[in-house]
Amino acid sequence: MKKRVIVYGVLAAAAVSIALAEVKINACGATFPDPIYEKWFSDYHKVHNDVQINYTANGSGGGVKGVTDGTVDFGASDMPMTDQELAAVKGKTLHFPTVLGAVVPMYNVPGITQELKFSGPTLAGIYLGNIKKWNDKALAADNPGVKLPNDDIMVVHRTDGSGTTFIFTDYLCKVSPEWKSKVGAAKAVSWPAGLGGNQNAGVTGVVKQTPDSIGYVELIFAIQNKLSYGLVKNKSGEFIKASMDTVSEAAAGVKMPDDFRVSITDAAGKNAYPISSFTWLLIPANIPDANKSKAIHAFLGWMLTDGQKIAPTLDFAPLPKPVVEKEQKQLAALEGSASTAPASGAKKKGAN
Amino acid sequence: MGDRIARLTALFFACVLLAIVALLVYELLSRSAPARAKFGWKFLTSSEWNPVTEDFGALPFLYGTVVTSVVAMLLSIPLGVGAAIFLAELAPAKLSNGLTFVIELLAAIPSVIYGLLAIFTLVPLMRQYIEPFLKETLGFLPFFQGPAAGVGYLTASLVLAIMTVPFIISVSRESLLAVPREQREAALALGATRWETTWQIVVPYAKLGILGSIFLGLARALGETMAVTMVIGNVPAVHASLLWPGYSIAAVIANEFAEAGGKLYPSALVELGLVLFGLTIVINGFARMMIVATTKKGSKR
Repeated sequence: MKKRVIVYGVLAAAAVSIALAEVKINACGATFPDPIYEKWFSDYHKVHNDVQINYTANGSGGGVKGVTDGTVDFGASDMPMTDQELAAVKGKTLHFPTVLGAVVPMYNVPGITQELKFSGPTLAGIYLGNIKKWNDKALAADNPGVKLPNDDIMVVHRTDGSGTTFIFTDYLCKVSPEWKSKVGAAKAVSWPAGLGGNQNAGVTGVVKQTPDSIGYVELIFAIQNKLSYGLVKNKSGEFIKASMDTVSEAAAGVKMPDDFRVSITDAAGKNAYPISSFTWLLIPANIPDANKSKAIHAFLGWMLTDGQKIAPTLDFAPLPKPVVEKEQKQLAALEGSASTAPASGAKKKGAN
Repeated sequence: MGDRIARLTALFFACVLLAIVALLVYELLSRSAPARAKFGWKFLTSSEWNPVTEDFGALPFLYGTVVTSVVAMLLSIPLGVGAAIFLAELAPAKLSNGLTFVIELLAAIPSVIYGLLAIFTLVPLMRQYIEPFLKETLGFLPFFQGPAAGVGYLTASLVLAIMTVPFIISVSRESLLAVPREQREAALALGATRWETTWQIVVPYAKLGILGSIFLGLARALGETMAVTMVIGNVPAVHASLLWPGYSIAAVIANEFAEAGGKLYPSALVELGLVLFGLTIVINGFARMMIVATTKKGSKR
């Protein structure tokens, strides 16, 4: 009798697990878009409860590493993969921009009530250690009428490798030849000046507590923590405050290459915020598991339509329309090639 | 038969421990191979750390780890041993037990909590009062010059001192309490004062335990990561002054490993781990030698 009960129990459990059979997809990478990705994956699971995507925010470098080693089904990064990185991956990897981000200069100067303005060369000068005092000529020229104190500038930067640092240093490279030759653009660089803080929170902590300091953080982090930040001069000579609109404007003006690997820092538009960037999903062109491949493509289609509508609710700037359309074309091509590919994949499975 | 089984089991466990250490060394060596091949011994003396040009050196981190740990021990040894003597010898039993409970509670606090406390209370205090005061009074010494940013070697050392004190107090107190009552009674009977009894009889008797507590504290200081990275300033540079921001080995590994791309960069970080491993071996070896030396002296007497 007892045995029978156990047998039925096992059968029932098996039946349940078949009914709930779902495609489990693993992804990892960039931390900055993590809030919107988590929201997307959970919302998508609600409408397609047979697909579950697990996302680990272990950094852009982790996303690239995961795709290269094949430990995840897809990755995410704030920095497009380099040619070298792409060559290291077995098979082709495609970039899909998802949302937009920006980096803002945040400061703590006692006695100043106006919003400070920074031109690109001034920011570079501060981070190179050439501009040492708040009342330096360059800062005074950017901020006419503001009474700047005769105090030393305490420079703060990220110390952990980060997409935020890449976007910031990529911008400084474009506006300062000296920065380009001395430091360069990367997720971690050798900083000529300043203190290091760990993650957005660490930089914010130091800036908030240290009078006369300046740091840089992600726009979303600044908005959600109600931090005040400065305006940055763009290519058209306007001082622009970062917001969802000005970041979208920076993306609208860009000529998108076919592989979507593009930098939109120092964009040309009149209202474009200059330290803006896309963030990307890194999708393998050939996903051997046909179920997974189908599920990932379906999710990408959803992300480009319904997903984009959710983005602004979490302060992420959605993609400009032409970019969405271009991505949909890339996705259609991918689905086309995938629908012919599984035949060979299935055969292989049979042979095994 | 039973003896044999017990013996084999114990041997097996001992071998597992050895195997873990061997695996650790093997992993550190094999993963750091590209960096070791590229930089050689220069890795230990170079103070360059540039992920863009892929030029790496361990000196600023090694220096930061050693300086913060040593300064922390200079602060925590007198404090910890003094408090342990008070608790074991002078304080009434009730007070001693109550205080010991609180101190052991301190030892159980996660390091990130110490780090946060340091950022929000210690760093502003250092910047506004302690560092300007040190610069004014002791500024002629090379150790107290430079900026007063609040973060740096000295602040990190203070946090480490606070974190290691509970270990020193707790273990030292235990070993002081383990000194046989007869020793004290004999000294007192011979006419020694309370101070003479404590300092000349009890403390030397418990020396081994006290030394052990100090090395336990030092080991914690060397490997401490979170609390240090939050207050040391995270700048890979070598400065004689304790007021300057610096970096430590554990902190740089924690900060940079997750995002380290390419081949050489992660490999250089693993080699830093190897350096830290080597440093702890040297210090533990030193501790062993010291213990052997002191026990010999004891037996001669």
